[in-house]
Amino acid sequence: MPTMSYIDAIRTAMAEEMERDDNVFVLGEDVGVKGGVFTTTKGLYEQFGEMRALDTPLSESAIAGVAIGAAMYGMRPIAEMQYSDFMFPATNQIISEAAKIRYRSNNDWNCPVVIRAPIGGGVFGGLYHSQCPESVFFGTPGLKIVAPYRPYDAKGLLKAAIRDEDPVLYFENKKSYRLISGEVPEEDYVVEIGKANVLREGDDITVIGYSLPLRFVEQAAEELAEEGISTHILDLRTIQPLDKEAILEAVRRTGKVLIVHEDNKTGGVGAEVAAIIAEELLFELDAPIMRLCGPDVPAMPINPPGEKFFLLNTEKVKAAMKQLADF
Amino acid sequence: MSVITEITLPQLAESQVSATIDRWLKQPGDWVDEYEPICEINTDKVNAEIPSTVAGKLTKILVGTGEDVPVGTAICIIESEGSEQAAEPSPVNEAVIATTVHTNATATGSDTSMRGRYSPAVQTLASQHGISLEHVQGTGLGGRITRKDVLAYVASGAREVRQPEKPIEQSSQQVRTTGIHLSESPRLPKIELDDPYAGGRGETYIDVTPIRNTIARNMRQSVSEIPHAWTMIEVDVTNLVMIRNKFKDEFKKREGVNLTYLAFLIKAVVNAIRDFPIMNSVWAVDKIIVKRDINISLAVGTEDSVMTPVIKNADHKNVAGIAKEIEELAHKTREGKLTLSDMQGGTFTVNNTGSFGSILSYPIINYPQAAILTFESIVKKPVVIDDMIAVRSMANICLSLDHRILDGVICGRFLQRVKENLEAYNLESSIY
Repeated sequence: MPTMSYIDAIRTAMAEEMERDDNVFVLGEDVGVKGGVFTTTKGLYEQFGEMRALDTPLSESAIAGVAIGAAMYGMRPIAEMQYSDFMFPATNQIISEAAKIRYRSNNDWNCPVVIRAPIGGGVFGGLYHSQCPESVFFGTPGLKIVAPYRPYDAKGLLKAAIRDEDPVLYFENKKSYRLISGEVPEEDYVVEIGKANVLREGDDITVIGYSLPLRFVEQAAEELAEEGISTHILDLRTIQPLDKEAILEAVRRTGKVLIVHEDNKTGGVGAEVAAIIAEELLFELDAPIMRLCGPDVPAMPINPPGEKFFLLNTEKVKAAMKQLADF
Repeated sequence: MSVITEITLPQLAESQVSATIDRWLKQPGDWVDEYEPICEINTDKVNAEIPSTVAGKLTKILVGTGEDVPVGTAICIIESEGSEQAAEPSPVNEAVIATTVHTNATATGSDTSMRGRYSPAVQTLASQHGISLEHVQGTGLGGRITRKDVLAYVASGAREVRQPEKPIEQSSQQVRTTGIHLSESPRLPKIELDDPYAGGRGETYIDVTPIRNTIARNMRQSVSEIPHAWTMIEVDVTNLVMIRNKFKDEFKKREGVNLTYLAFLIKAVVNAIRDFPIMNSVWAVDKIIVKRDINISLAVGTEDSVMTPVIKNADHKNVAGIAKEIEELAHKTREGKLTLSDMQGGTFTVNNTGSFGSILSYPIINYPQAAILTFESIVKKPVVIDDMIAVRSMANICLSLDHRILDGVICGRFLQRVKENLEAYNLESSIY
């Protein structure tokens, strides 16, 4: 199985889907001639032409609106938000139109759109290039939200999202683009939306997370294994709908759970995961449910010490895991 | 005073996580001015020159040409004069980590503030397994008993089990439901009568069958040659009763044979023999032969005889495997279909005397083995635990031993091990 970087997995998924289905096209700022600011769409313009790798004006509301309309009309658009930070002008289109059209039209219309947006910091991006907007969209019925961590899932989930009949927000981690690589099969496959994945089995503590912080968790788990602490790691992969069964099963393994994500703590995905556990598993908990997330400050600072303070890293995750194991 | 500065690979672009050193512009020994380029790097997005952050002499290159390293890696060392340019280590956010680690460090002391705080998981497990938490060692923060502490305690089997939570359900459970021969109608004894009235005065004569003759010869040889000694211990098999009741129906359904107490007993005996191999030996006048294979002779009675078919290599079998073999051998015995090979090679004998209601036996050793063990009836008895009276399922285990080979101490230890093994069964134990 070839090894591929996270960004290549995303690019390959789009190229393969565009080859498979003529209705699939990408649109966004600089996705055509330039091939995307991160080179995510590189080569698509050359391979599929300007009608299927559409450069758009600097208007996220228009990108989302056009994509939603095209999707309702039978196309399979992949709308790229250059940074998820720029997604907020499109929020109304996404939440009020895409998410609701099937319900509003009593099933007459649906909207198979994919909206891709790079999330996360640690790239010296500052206020406007580092945000995690999951919690803004999380909890909106009618939207599916995926946030892959491994290249395998990045490719499989993007394909599943493109083939899905309803709107899917695809949050890719921009720091992962070249940091994370892994095995990706050459053959066509999809990763089912709504299914979490056990990354590591263990019986002392359970760590649940999604996207890049899982790398720190995996590294910390490796180090803690040497100290005799065995970690069970669950990659949510899809954050809406949450894989409730997998969450409960993972927590049952150890009775001690740490939830990790980069988005801020208050009102984040982890809050919902914690609530599910509290509702269902009171009598199997051996420690207070613990969360390690970004701090509740308005934005990621651009100065390096500030950025480092804001971000999770292996040391911080390890300290939290150790604390939970010691409880 | 010279100051050593490490030059690290800077982040030159968003999403850049690593870079390749393309070419070193300075070599060790060269003088470098502040902001002067020291090397060229390549990334996915840019090619750039890396400027020195200090003025000084390049003393060492840490990353060679063509190597790809993550952002933040030290790439070379520059030694500069004077102290005004000293590059102080950045304090970053280790403070946060330090505080959390610090609280952990205090956890391992003699602090027992959390000793009495039981988590829901711990209470759930304690009630499931009927454990008194006062006896469990706490390894968590402030001496807290963790979920794993309870699981370890259960697994260790060294527990003082609390009174069962549901005594009514307990007492309705049959303590012993199978015996080797009482569970089904036995074959009628075939006794050949020569002449019913030959002896007169109502006496009858029974011809000695070949098998009766063999039994008689073996018993006489054993008793006359082997100096027998005898000992007995009492075992608490309450947990064993529980685990068997838990598995027996499913086992019968799945395997088609009964899961008997005897199977658990044999497993416990075999494991004890492993620890005390001398139990598995033969007296040979000028030496003692210790057998490596553990082959358990199983005394199987019928109405008119007793046979001792052999479970070969019993130490390689689990409880389920032993149960199947017991059933097979018992069946063959009753049907009279035992072959010579079924009877050979025994190294230690187990007799399930409890199956016919005995509570105490003085068995004769199966010549030329070193010892024979009997498992007596399981009886519910009041037992004193922690100065309180509890109703427990108890059973006696008797051992006759060849006193030429074995003495009281070793046999006492052996029986204690059998007892420990039997008492260690619990609902978590596996029969496979």
